[in-house]
Amino acid sequence: MNRYPWWKYLIIAVALLIGLIYSLPNVFGEAPAVQLSSGKATLKLDQSAVERVRTVLKEAGLEADFVELDGTSVRARFKDTDSQMKARDALGRSFNPDAQDPSYIVALNLVSRSPQWLRNLHAQPMYLGLDLRGGVHFLMQVDMKAALTQKLDSLSSDMRTLLRDKDIRHSGIRRDASALIVRFRDDAAREAARGVLQSNLADVVWVDGTDTGGSGDRTLVGTLKPTSERAIQEQALKQNITTLHNRINELGVAEPVIQQQGIDRVVVQLPGVQDTAKAKDIIGRTATLEVRMVNDSVEAQAAQAGGPVPFGYERYMERGGLPIIVKREVVLTGDNLTDAQPGFDENQEAAVHLTLDARGARIFKDVTRENIGKRMAIILFEKGKGEVVTAPVIRGEIGGGRVQISGRMSTEEAADTALLLRAGSLAAPMEIIEERTVGPSLGADNIAQGFNSLIWGFAAIAVFMVLYYMLFGVFSTIALTVNLLLLVAVLSMLQATLTLPGIAAIALTLGMAIDANVLINERVREELRNGSAPQSAIHAGYEHAWSTILDSNVTTLIAGLALLAFGSGPVRGFAVVHCLGILTSMFSAVFFSRGLVNLWYGRQKKLKGVSIGQVWKPQE
Amino acid sequence: MEFFRIKRDIPFMRHALVFNAISFLTFAVAVFFLVTRGLHLSIEFTGGSVIETRYAQSADVGKVRATVEALNYGEVQAQNFGTSRDVLIRLPLRGEMKQTEVVAKVFGALCKAEGGQISSVDVMGKGPAQICQTPNGEQPLTLQRSEFVGPQVGEELVHDGLMALGATIVGIMIYLAIRFEWKFAVAGIIANLHDVIIILGFFAFFQWEFSLSVLAAVLAVLGYSVNESVVIFDRIREAFRKFRKLNTAEVIDHAITSTTSRTIITHGSTQMMVGAMLVFGGPTLHYFALALTIGILFGIYSSVFVAAAIAMWLGVKRDDLISASKKDVDPNDPNAGAVV
Repeated sequence: MNRYPWWKYLIIAVALLIGLIYSLPNVFGEAPAVQLSSGKATLKLDQSAVERVRTVLKEAGLEADFVELDGTSVRARFKDTDSQMKARDALGRSFNPDAQDPSYIVALNLVSRSPQWLRNLHAQPMYLGLDLRGGVHFLMQVDMKAALTQKLDSLSSDMRTLLRDKDIRHSGIRRDASALIVRFRDDAAREAARGVLQSNLADVVWVDGTDTGGSGDRTLVGTLKPTSERAIQEQALKQNITTLHNRINELGVAEPVIQQQGIDRVVVQLPGVQDTAKAKDIIGRTATLEVRMVNDSVEAQAAQAGGPVPFGYERYMERGGLPIIVKREVVLTGDNLTDAQPGFDENQEAAVHLTLDARGARIFKDVTRENIGKRMAIILFEKGKGEVVTAPVIRGEIGGGRVQISGRMSTEEAADTALLLRAGSLAAPMEIIEERTVGPSLGADNIAQGFNSLIWGFAAIAVFMVLYYMLFGVFSTIALTVNLLLLVAVLSMLQATLTLPGIAAIALTLGMAIDANVLINERVREELRNGSAPQSAIHAGYEHAWSTILDSNVTTLIAGLALLAFGSGPVRGFAVVHCLGILTSMFSAVFFSRGLVNLWYGRQKKLKGVSIGQVWKPQE
Repeated sequence: MEFFRIKRDIPFMRHALVFNAISFLTFAVAVFFLVTRGLHLSIEFTGGSVIETRYAQSADVGKVRATVEALNYGEVQAQNFGTSRDVLIRLPLRGEMKQTEVVAKVFGALCKAEGGQISSVDVMGKGPAQICQTPNGEQPLTLQRSEFVGPQVGEELVHDGLMALGATIVGIMIYLAIRFEWKFAVAGIIANLHDVIIILGFFAFFQWEFSLSVLAAVLAVLGYSVNESVVIFDRIREAFRKFRKLNTAEVIDHAITSTTSRTIITHGSTQMMVGAMLVFGGPTLHYFALALTIGILFGIYSSVFVAAAIAMWLGVKRDDLISASKKDVDPNDPNAGAVV
């Protein structure tokens, strides 16, 4: 009666094997490594980069354990930190000849020390949270209202242009909170305007109204469609994330996490970074675009060569290093830019297509008409420092708000510039609403403390179980060990982030999981006390304890799931481990421990007794 | 070894009134402290800043407090954290200033008070870091951890916390009502909510810091101690079926007596783990483990003495479980006689 069919043992063996393999990488620890990743959106790393890294390392006389492509980055692992630092410098010199404008990010990192065959199985150690490895965490709130207001403002200026072009008279356009209001003297104008606006501005719904100001004018009240509103907000968030990516790349962090959280928040985690001030500076930076006229006079050429800059002008560096003298007066700013896309001009040369809003288009038209033959500079300001992206010659009047920048540009550069122009500034302002810094030594302390509590708690339980339940206590302890093994393996497989609350959850879950074995052992004792034969006592004990175990796990799981659904941050880490632990404990405490008992006692036909500690019988 | 050699059923229910009175009293005291003192909520809920620094020598908390107070950031709390070298500084939210700069300013001031200067140093492999250095190259203090939470986040966490508590209660009640009977569901949840209130009462009385991880502990305990009630309810149902001559109180006595051994051993084992956390877990896990300890101890009490008694007052009868017992004739039924 206490025998498992062979396939049940097979399931146990397979589960143990998988558990062992996937929890193994956590034992090896981490080795120093250098990580090379792309610093520009247009640059993708491939196998050739791996070869190049190998050659560079060989030339520098450094020996890497391995060099491999991991997703979008190349990693090289080293024996010690000394060669790691040397490798970083060598790779930095070779891949980024121009230190001012790095195309690649060369960062120091730690990778698992596990052997190659484990890596081939994609067995990786658990991902440690910031509280265990140290680093900076930011939670940023995107001001969605501002994104919508910005959109409405640009729409209202488009409306003005549209109505003027169609010669429709109105007596004023204004934005009132989240609505656009156009006033008209008569119904005819309103009807005409409605037709024009509806066909040209697909994002807005128009409703009739009367002016509340007292003039009794007829009005059209426009509000953004809910779908458009959502689209605008999503776009704003996405663009902010892109911008953040670009900025954070500059910090040279090996594994930054930049993720959307909820509908209007962004989480930024920078493992290993200690300097919050610098991180904040870079994240909170606003990049702006400006269009200004270039001065190519003799005076200016002298100034270019290093002479004094004439009054009312400024000197900026162009990409590639040449200085350019531009007017202080700003023609246009990035606020008027609605989009920038890479593409080709009529000569099939790479170009960037800019789209300006109505106001920008009008200004641009006027300026280009008056300045044919002269140059205009497009300057990108970042960290208060301006750089001329390009300074093309104006060949003719440019109307319609569609501008093309071309000349001496490769396709990559065009894409790069478009991205920079598009993503150079944030789509909507962001505010840091949560900030956490954990020093590296504290992270190490946290690991040690979490680990120690787990070990001592586990040891105490093991000693007690073995003393109290003898051989059945040994089985219970082995089952608990298997539970730990499986839990760690599942966490490693899922690459779930392990935090200190997560370690606490592992400990707590183990402490609770022993309940199942206590239930079983007590029940077996009770059966023996009532005079059952050993084999049937084992059988009945397991059978009858099962439903209670299920019950108790369900109630614990309900609490765990509630935490998972409503918790955030550290609580989530706790809840994930807790829920997974309950599931693995069902397997190990019942199925696995029964397998052990069956293996030990199941074959003995004439079993005299079981080693489950003293079974006390009341004397009547 | 066999700890529990109980010959006869212990007449718990004869003293049910006394137990309930004790429970009600502790409950009332807990509520009293919750109302008068309130919980000392961590900055995760209230918003504000926390800075943890480690000094090279034993820290002078008074001096630290005075230094930070001089910055005029509102009510400053400074205390030792774990060891005498670690100091934890808490600052409230203040609307008019840029919160995100507070940490840097405070660290700067503390550094200056120790005669040092903040400089940005490229730590090997870790990128630039702000460290505090004296002219002779010593580091009198280091920034271990800092945290800033804005007001929006706090409000949301309170809301989410209450939602999680509500979902747990409703989920467990539904489960108990399906598994047993509504009277058990009500009894189980009252008994265990009384645990939750008592844990909160402790936190209010001692003004221990109530953080997110304590909330997680409270909810974990809620799920854990309800299963204690489940085991007893299971046994009550079984006893109703088995001993037809016993009245309700005797059935409950039998159920509680026969589960005592398992209750104590299970809770003892869990408490060993939690105790290890309390001893080795350091200051970060301290309150988490403390909440669990209180929860486990009172969980035993409430499951044994409160839940069953409430079910009795609610008038649990043999007839209530008749439909269940019919089904349980089937030997393959998974609900059949779960016993310990």
